[in-house]
Amino acid sequence: MDLTKLNLKQAKEGLKKKDFSSVDLTKAFLQRIKEVEPKIAAFVTVAEKEALEMAKRADGLIANGQDLPLLGVPISIKDNFSTQGIKTTASSKVLDSYIPPYDATVVSKLKDAGIVLLGKTNMDAWAHGSSTETSDYGSTKNPWNIGFLPGGSSGGAAASVAGDEVIFGIGSETAGSIRQPASWCGVVGLKPTYGRVSRYGVIAMGSSLDCPGPITKSVEDAAIILEILAGKDHFDATTSPRQTEKYSIDLNKSIRGLKIGISDDYFEGVDTQIVASVKNALKVLEGMGAEIVHIKLFEPKYAIAVYTIIQRAEVSSNLARYDGIRFGNNREAFGEEAKRRIMFGTYALSAGYYDQFYNKASKVRTVIIEDFKKAFQKVDVIIAPTSPSTALPLGSSKNHPMFGEMADVLVEPSSIAGLPGINVPCGFSKEGLPIGMQIIGSQFSESKILNVAYQYEQATDWKEQKPKL
Amino acid sequence: MNKYIPVIGLEVHVELKTKSKMFCGCSADYFGAEPNTHTCPVCLGLPGALPVPNEVAIDWCRKIGLALNCELLKSSKFDRKNYFYPDLAKGYQISQYDKPFCLKGSITLGSGKVIGITRVHMEEDTAKLAHQSGIQNSNVKSQNYSLVDFNRSGVPLVEIVTEPDFDNAQDVVDYLKKLQQIVRYLGVSNADMEKGDMRLEPNISLRRVGETGLPKYKVEVKNINSFSFVAKAIEFEIKRQTEILDKGQVPAQETRGWNETKNATVSQRSKEDAQDYRYFPEPDIPEISILADQIDQMRSELSELPHEKVKKFEGWAVKKADARILAETKEMAEFFESTVEHARKHEVLPQDVANYIVNHKVDITTVLPTHIIEEIKGKKVGMISDESELEKIAKEVISENPGFVEAYKKGKLTVIQALVGAVMKKTLGKADASKAKTILEKLLNPEVS
Repeated sequence: MDLTKLNLKQAKEGLKKKDFSSVDLTKAFLQRIKEVEPKIAAFVTVAEKEALEMAKRADGLIANGQDLPLLGVPISIKDNFSTQGIKTTASSKVLDSYIPPYDATVVSKLKDAGIVLLGKTNMDAWAHGSSTETSDYGSTKNPWNIGFLPGGSSGGAAASVAGDEVIFGIGSETAGSIRQPASWCGVVGLKPTYGRVSRYGVIAMGSSLDCPGPITKSVEDAAIILEILAGKDHFDATTSPRQTEKYSIDLNKSIRGLKIGISDDYFEGVDTQIVASVKNALKVLEGMGAEIVHIKLFEPKYAIAVYTIIQRAEVSSNLARYDGIRFGNNREAFGEEAKRRIMFGTYALSAGYYDQFYNKASKVRTVIIEDFKKAFQKVDVIIAPTSPSTALPLGSSKNHPMFGEMADVLVEPSSIAGLPGINVPCGFSKEGLPIGMQIIGSQFSESKILNVAYQYEQATDWKEQKPKL
Repeated sequence: MNKYIPVIGLEVHVELKTKSKMFCGCSADYFGAEPNTHTCPVCLGLPGALPVPNEVAIDWCRKIGLALNCELLKSSKFDRKNYFYPDLAKGYQISQYDKPFCLKGSITLGSGKVIGITRVHMEEDTAKLAHQSGIQNSNVKSQNYSLVDFNRSGVPLVEIVTEPDFDNAQDVVDYLKKLQQIVRYLGVSNADMEKGDMRLEPNISLRRVGETGLPKYKVEVKNINSFSFVAKAIEFEIKRQTEILDKGQVPAQETRGWNETKNATVSQRSKEDAQDYRYFPEPDIPEISILADQIDQMRSELSELPHEKVKKFEGWAVKKADARILAETKEMAEFFESTVEHARKHEVLPQDVANYIVNHKVDITTVLPTHIIEEIKGKKVGMISDESELEKIAKEVISENPGFVEAYKKGKLTVIQALVGAVMKKTLGKADASKAKTILEKLLNPEVS
């Protein structure tokens, strides 16, 4: 049996039945990492020693009859999550030697649940991008074709999952950084509602948008992991006090009568193969009793303007602390993209420009939130392609400062509105690259979008296909 | 006759004495602590750390606002004030910009003049820099270097801003004393100047007599830590600016500092260098609201303020001058109140009590109100003042209260009051409290006597 092909549910069953130990599983993944890392470069740091220690500890607990939701399960975490004692760089040379003295809340929750941390995954430096090419540690490559990009910024996380280097990965999304690489790498990526999962310890990008979430091999895995991550955190004032749910409980619910909203604007300018795949997926869902409802949403292009201003403004302030006095390298170590964003954001917040840019963007943001609210009075979920294209060749982001915004045009509106969304694989292009669709729900409707995603996943067999590495 | 009228406004920063810091759980009681021992990822501004506001500090800020007759905003928010300085961990200070907790208040000075309060808002303190000279270690090439102590980073600060309603230094000092008294009464700050609990920034300009409106320039004097320096800085500026205006020039809009050794203000930053703080709403902290009911509740719970105490004492036919002395501190006011309560039972007038306390400069930490009444009434019928009898009772009390005795011997001298109280109880209030205290002290300190 190839242990690296297991998803979370399968791995947990095997560990419980003692078919294999956590150390066996961890060693299998470390071996796999040794084999495929030279090709895909998904990791910034592989923590082999720490991982084996965690696995041994997990095996001890299993032997004592302990049952924790993720006990002994090897995973990867994006390199913008603070991990105590393990280097955390956000893929920027500025933090080349930074070892956090504390764990992000997400990391401590995962540790409490029993994980084995295999390492930290590559990303666009500071999460500024949608390609993982802007990493100061080199680009990650798409496991389906190593001449292509994995997407980003959680490109390392998505590639580590698609490449079977881990059972699942933890990513973060500001606008598209989980869903888009999941789509390009053919895996499941869940971006929860803003405030559902704590940001404490996650190196801030756009603070009013950032959202941690799982990247997995199945929808059910994503639901199980969200159950562990979700909830109010006393270290993050923006987390919601709202009760969390058993997100995996409703997966099997019938979607008969479910109203799926479709907005034509979300299919415009999208690769025709992607349009066809998503339309086919909609037919599958219709076949299961769902009803397609045509709606008119605010054109996604307005969201780009709003997102760009708000995110750059927040970035310019969030990166101010990396002044060269306390952390590793000084400001010269900032890459092109970070410098561009600092300048753009500083300008947008400057005296005399605040009203024209930031303030106006905040107002339009409210309009977009209201627009979605109205839409969700008519429909239960909205389905759209996740990305206008399949994975692009390496080098595509170079010399395109707005590359990310264009690649993320279909995910930015829902991010600005703080809504949850999930990418589910729904086909392959004739070039053999994965295609994904996204299911967007109203605030805190994670159970519903997971239910729809699961029903679709069970009716199709896209996830059975694996990249040949 | 003066050709110019000073136009003076004031910004005062008051450090609150909450248990924990403004946005994290670290102890805010940092004075004298080993550098960098009151720190955590939040107040060090480590990557990924987030601020969570201290609700007690917010309540206290609002209390100060209410005490200064401010309007509390139903909905307030925090903003980021972006600037670079090595003592600023995050590269921005969390402060409040356009929706502070309190707006539009006023305070009445001793002279009867009313000073407008523009706003009262909440922010966080910065770390402290210690500038050193000499070479620290082989890594430091420079002759001079600075050390950063983050113990103060994130300690809650309330900023109180006045309208430019002052026209002389005396009124400013009167205002500062009143403000200090109020925050101490509220129990929200020690307002200890020596420890930097209050930092003062007057802004001063001059207006030609007969002119209305504000002058075209403004000189700010930053971070002064004593009332007398504020007065000196204002006097100095009035003189300096008068000379410039007399020459037909306009003083430069700038920030100056008070130099103690030169006894003068010195230029620090000109208008051209004025910072653009790029304020924007702090995305890490949601808006903070308060309901009208909660405001009413808070107002009703507000302890009596100095001017209210004075008014009350005057209502008891106490002379204004005495009333003011008696309302100087909350502790004194409360001592006077409880003494008057006893006085009433013994047909002693409040003014007699006031006379006694003021004239004898009574130490309220060691004297009992009942004792004062006895002193005022002189020898009371049936008073036990026989020393041998009192000594017998005192010995009984000592053997019955080993806990107090032990505490006393460990240095907690104030428990003597509890023992005196026990003597009074045993004698049904007839013992001469003053004598009883002396006897108790003698018995407890045999080696001294």
